[in-house]
Amino acid sequence: MANELPLWEVFIRGQHGTAHRHVGSLHATDAEMAMNNARDVYTRRNEGLSIWVVPSSEIVASIPSKKGPLFDPSKDKIYRHPSFYNIPVEVKKI
Amino acid sequence: MYAQEVKSTGSKPKSLSSMSAKEKAFQEKIDRGQRIEPKDWMPEGYRRTLLRQMGQHAHSEIVGQLPEGNWISRAPTLERKTILLAKVQDEAGHGLYLYSAAETLGKSRDEMTKELLSGRAKYSSIFNYPTLNWADMGAVGWLVDGAAIMNQVPLQRTSYGPYARAMVRICKEESFHQRQGFDIMMKMSFGSKKQKAMAQDSLNRFWYPSLMMFGPSDSESVHSAQSMAWKIKINFNDELRQKFVDQTAPQAEYLGLTIPDEKLKWNEKTEQYDYSEPNWEEFFEVISGNGPCNTERLAARNKAWDDGEWFRDGLLANSTKNQNSQIAAE
Repeated sequence: MANELPLWEVFIRGQHGTAHRHVGSLHATDAEMAMNNARDVYTRRNEGLSIWVVPSSEIVASIPSKKGPLFDPSKDKIYRHPSFYNIPVEVKKI
Repeated sequence: MYAQEVKSTGSKPKSLSSMSAKEKAFQEKIDRGQRIEPKDWMPEGYRRTLLRQMGQHAHSEIVGQLPEGNWISRAPTLERKTILLAKVQDEAGHGLYLYSAAETLGKSRDEMTKELLSGRAKYSSIFNYPTLNWADMGAVGWLVDGAAIMNQVPLQRTSYGPYARAMVRICKEESFHQRQGFDIMMKMSFGSKKQKAMAQDSLNRFWYPSLMMFGPSDSESVHSAQSMAWKIKINFNDELRQKFVDQTAPQAEYLGLTIPDEKLKWNEKTEQYDYSEPNWEEFFEVISGNGPCNTERLAARNKAWDDGEWFRDGLLANSTKNQNSQIAAE
């Protein structure tokens, strides 16, 4: 069983105009087969308006153990949130 | 259930105070109801137990196609045939969702397939019983999928993200399975005398095997205690079995069929049905390979894998050739 078919990740855009969402993976030799299998495995009940298939090996993911240095820079910038600013009640809509 | 005998670490869950810092952080995350994702740190026992459970679950879906596939070509009407085909196709899909969830833990699909084909990995005992008449398609949907739903609904809240998300998809589709089964049972039960007798015969044969699907009582099991602490397992087996009996007994009554259990009776005090335990010796025989259809099921899976080898090889050779000619052209 040395010849395992390559792994692909599947993303589906749902009925309601949302972004493509990751739904799972599957094995296929090429893009065409991945697309056909994605349709059969993940959209049997008309769940999708569009499908993306991507070879799993092409995805670069952030490393969970390094999430500190990666996300810390945004933690102390509370002025990026609207709630940071005090607006007087008299100023109604802003 | 679909995973009836999941061995965990074999020892009691550790107390928070005896855990390492990493283990403690992990357990507290689960206790807070947060999900564990593929690249997060996890104890080796958690990973192993999950893989065993998801593997058994996935294999059950795949082998579960066989007893129903048996009737596709002999369905009584074109409508029943298309419905059954759709259901069997769903089972294949469910197997694939689960394999794909298991693969996120770093085990390859081929490795899992190999474990199934060699008989090393288990699948649910229920699929080792034969489907002898058309009413069995009704009983399987009604009882077997009904029992499966009992177990799968709480698993949507399981701690491992990819597993929980696969269960959400599966549960959405499973309810069609149970309803189409009950629909067949209604047709048969309210049909001719002969049809009703077939429905009764089917219920007689599938009742106890369905109760066995939940697995033996596990309130004392250290394996279950650990799995529950990790939220890989949500309910005790007896709890779900009782729920299943309570739900199913009135449905059988509606159909005018008799559940083959003289002790089955509504208990005013406990507000649930009393019922007889299935024969657990039979269960252990079936799960260890000696059921009526174990040999046949594994042979069918092996044949499908072997017969498909030239095709898989051909696909791979073709895509390699195309890639090579692309490189040559560049």
